[in-house]
Amino acid sequence: MEAFAHLVAATGLTADEQKAAAAASSAGFAYGLAAIGPGIGIGYLVGKSVEAMARQPEAAGMVRTTMFLGIAFTEALALIGFVVFILIGL
Amino acid sequence: MIAEAFKFPLINSILRWKDLFTSFNKVALIAVAAAVIGTVVFLLAGSKDANTAPKGVRNLAESSVEFIENGIVMQTMGKDGLGWTPFLLSLFIFIYLCNAPGIIPVIYMPATARMAIPMFLALLVWVVYMGVGFKHQGIKYLTHTIWPPGVPVALKPLVGLIELVSNYIVRPFSLTVRLFANMLAGHILLVVFALLTQSLITAETMQALLKPMMVLPLFMLIFLTAFEVLVAFLQAYIFTILTAVYIGSSAHPEH
Repeated sequence: MEAFAHLVAATGLTADEQKAAAAASSAGFAYGLAAIGPGIGIGYLVGKSVEAMARQPEAAGMVRTTMFLGIAFTEALALIGFVVFILIGL
Repeated sequence: MIAEAFKFPLINSILRWKDLFTSFNKVALIAVAAAVIGTVVFLLAGSKDANTAPKGVRNLAESSVEFIENGIVMQTMGKDGLGWTPFLLSLFIFIYLCNAPGIIPVIYMPATARMAIPMFLALLVWVVYMGVGFKHQGIKYLTHTIWPPGVPVALKPLVGLIELVSNYIVRPFSLTVRLFANMLAGHILLVVFALLTQSLITAETMQALLKPMMVLPLFMLIFLTAFEVLVAFLQAYIFTILTAVYIGSSAHPEH
């Protein structure tokens, strides 16, 4: 971010435009970073659920419900990142 | 040569619709329509003869009641929770009918993509599960939620703080944000790919290959529309199932 700030400063934009440029790029970083953890989490969660359903098809209904619950909690982090992205970027 | 670069419209212009009359815009109209359609469908279904085989509206209503009972209540609250079916069913139907206009042509706006409706629903759920907790456990509900049974004394301050924040602040906040952000993200994605397709079709360019490129965002648009059909259902389902879990945990603290 330090290097990016120098780069923006070197373009000779006005202070407001520099601020907008920094906001736009950090909004991108905010969402990108927020998506990493939940991406890994949901992948692992669904993978394990499929494994459980394949091993024990009679428990599939229960596993599916729990899987959706887990996805909902994991996904919330990514969504908060998305809201922050909207808030900073606009 | 492209005449001008692709420019995304301001977020306000894709979310704010013009007021039909003072403080009543089209998003509010969608919400009212969702409430009315849901009520009318179930009243119609209720007026049909219950002794013959269900068909049409009644079939739809019966299968949705069955879905709520078997897919949500029995999985999370067990037999004791069956009394909550009407509440969860109306919550599910209302959220689904608010989400669905996001992919209906001409309307193309999920009412839940504005913060107000998810927030109000989440506050309603918050009031309900707090009320259920006080009704079933009395004033002990407060200490039970803050200190789940079996917490060592040394950990009480730490656990108390975490549970306090997670039960009273994070739960309604995450319910709100989950529904709102999912629908908003879907809406923005649809707008982006629709605009890309349109700007490629209307581009004034000498490049012969540029215009046929519009099939790429068009495919993505079709795929995302199909995906949004799923998301509209899934978010209504997740909101309802989390409500069921919260109410269940207030009624029976041991699980």
